[in-house]
Amino acid sequence: MVLPLRASVIQSAHRLLLASALTWACATAHAASWSVTLLEDQDAPGLEKQKLERAYLGHVGGPAADGWSQALADARFELDAAKTQINWKTHSVSSLEAARTAAQQAEKAGQQALVVNLPAAWVAAVSVAVKLPVINVGSEVDALREAQCQRNLLHTLPSDRMRADALAQALVSRKWMQVLLLTGPTDEDRARAATAQASLRRYGLKLVEQRPFKLSADPRERDLANPRLLTSGVNYDAVWVVDSEAEFARSLPYNIQAARPVVGDAGLVALAWHAQYERYGAPQVSRRFAKAYQRPMTHHDWAGWMAGKALSQAASGLPKASPGELLAALNRLALDGSKGASLQFRPWDGQLQQTLLLTDGQGVVGTAPVEGVLHPHNVLDTLGADRPEKRCPNRP
Amino acid sequence: MIANPLASPGVRAVLLLAGMLATTAVAAQNVAWISSEKNNVITLVDLAQGKVTATVPTCKRPRHMQLSADRKQLLVACSDSNAADVVDVATRKSVRRIPLGDNPEMFDLSADGRTVFVSNEDDAELSFVDAMNGKPTGQVKVGAEPEGVKVSPDGKTVFVTSEVANMVHVVDVASKTVRKNIAVGKRPRRFAITPDAQELWVTNELGASVSVVSLKDYSVLATIPLQLKGARASDITPIGLVMTRDGRRAYVTMGRANHVAFVDVASRQVTDQVLVGKRPWSLALNADESRLYVVNGLSDDMTVVDTARAKALVSMPVGRVPHTVVLTD
Repeated sequence: MVLPLRASVIQSAHRLLLASALTWACATAHAASWSVTLLEDQDAPGLEKQKLERAYLGHVGGPAADGWSQALADARFELDAAKTQINWKTHSVSSLEAARTAAQQAEKAGQQALVVNLPAAWVAAVSVAVKLPVINVGSEVDALREAQCQRNLLHTLPSDRMRADALAQALVSRKWMQVLLLTGPTDEDRARAATAQASLRRYGLKLVEQRPFKLSADPRERDLANPRLLTSGVNYDAVWVVDSEAEFARSLPYNIQAARPVVGDAGLVALAWHAQYERYGAPQVSRRFAKAYQRPMTHHDWAGWMAGKALSQAASGLPKASPGELLAALNRLALDGSKGASLQFRPWDGQLQQTLLLTDGQGVVGTAPVEGVLHPHNVLDTLGADRPEKRCPNRP
Repeated sequence: MIANPLASPGVRAVLLLAGMLATTAVAAQNVAWISSEKNNVITLVDLAQGKVTATVPTCKRPRHMQLSADRKQLLVACSDSNAADVVDVATRKSVRRIPLGDNPEMFDLSADGRTVFVSNEDDAELSFVDAMNGKPTGQVKVGAEPEGVKVSPDGKTVFVTSEVANMVHVVDVASKTVRKNIAVGKRPRRFAITPDAQELWVTNELGASVSVVSLKDYSVLATIPLQLKGARASDITPIGLVMTRDGRRAYVTMGRANHVAFVDVASRQVTDQVLVGKRPWSLALNADESRLYVVNGLSDDMTVVDTARAKALVSMPVGRVPHTVVLTD
């Protein structure tokens, strides 16, 4: 097995177990052998110590390699039985150009797939530069599923829009129809606020007002910074906060003017995973993860885990390691994400359809799609872009 | 989405009466023992009265249960205690507790009753445990999240499902090794073996199907799709499985579809579907097989089904998150 390049990636006993399994697999005849590179942002802001300590809901909890290698350890029996071997390494890059070059080199070196935990623009550049299947486990940006989508680009992490739709469904099912939207100052916040508005429209909720907020202790800016002032003078059933940094959002629940819930980036949050989810075998997955990495499994870890699951399951059935056939096999998969439903990559945008968990951080208070929401084909497609919208020009 | 019509009090009262009359006529088995995951008890239902009459405290998070061959003792595996309680059926008291390894869920007993074969979910192992003293006598590594366990009729083989690897592991008891891995449907759960020992049936929770495996060569002979009018395949999540003694019919719980399917074993066709409670898991037949008792994990109740008429008679409340039902005299 090729060792991870990144020193910070710990070599747990877990991984050694995997290594020995792979060594064993080498000894068996006719083994199909696959090579995968996990491309990471060397300076990922989410992995800074202080950021990790805050443990904001929906923010990364640790290296993407953790979920990914957990999945490969889980799949050991399947891989051994199919005489399939998956070799992988992490490669850290520090710029868009470096990411593109690394991807092209991986393709030239005969690798069969890339798993990317990179900023959206880098993901877009990488997916155009190679023909290999590229699985995005780190970016929720909808443009990657829409204008910038590619046939070889798949996403296990839910998009911003899926998460916003999940929250809108939760609000509508509780008849909390009047929504006050508070939005942050960054470009990312602006884009995500537009997404939130679209979800409000999709599910027939009413936007009573959108107000910008600012993180500040300056008394001259208190109209923008004080949670009570920001939430007075208007009636609403819920406050929806869009704050990609999450520091301001965290200060909102129980601090607003009215006795109303907060949703969005604090309060009630829609996530791919929460370690307290109790159904469908989820506790076993969370327990294995916590045992191996000494931390709770998060939203992003689930995406990394699903990438490992998808690749190992797709590769197990194939006689020879070919990127084209791997992509076709990935598109045929019906995956078990331990959330109760069978999950597929949507042919129209490469996004993995999935149940989302609604959590206050302590437990899972509900799931989306909520009961009562209907869809002509698969109710999971009520979250995120649906086929008739035709938002991805590069796919059928 | 698929509601239980028997849950309304009026309907329940009428049907309860009907159920009572019918059960008294049968009267071979009078007590249903239902493990209740969240109450740490076994709930006892007097089937003649149609209500809960006692609870037996157990180890933490009791799940799978099975009677000893002489039907005098009940073994109940507790996932959170890493142990099983051995409950004396007559006195309704735990007589001893045996360790079963990390997070035990489903198990089976050797024909002589001396060995417990148990799936340990967290360690991805099938453990062999001495039923008298709880000493581990062997471990076999299997695929992640092992679930259903079944001993072959000749006692030489144990079958284990792995929910993650989507396979049935064929474990040789003597050598304690995996002899073969059989790829079945998605998320395989529980087993039944035909009385002629020719076929192994496996429910596939996310495959919405039952795989039929040949016990001669371990090939998959057929995959029986489970369907229900008005439900999508994604809403059909089969788990529990029992077969009649003559091997002519199998009953399969359909999970989220809230029904039990009656399957004709010879033709492998679904003949009837009966609406029960929410997310039915385990099920048991009474002595003359006229009644099927189905525990519903998400509605905390048990539905009594008349097998001849394919009709639900009554649903009665039991403990929180019922897992397994076992019938005794």
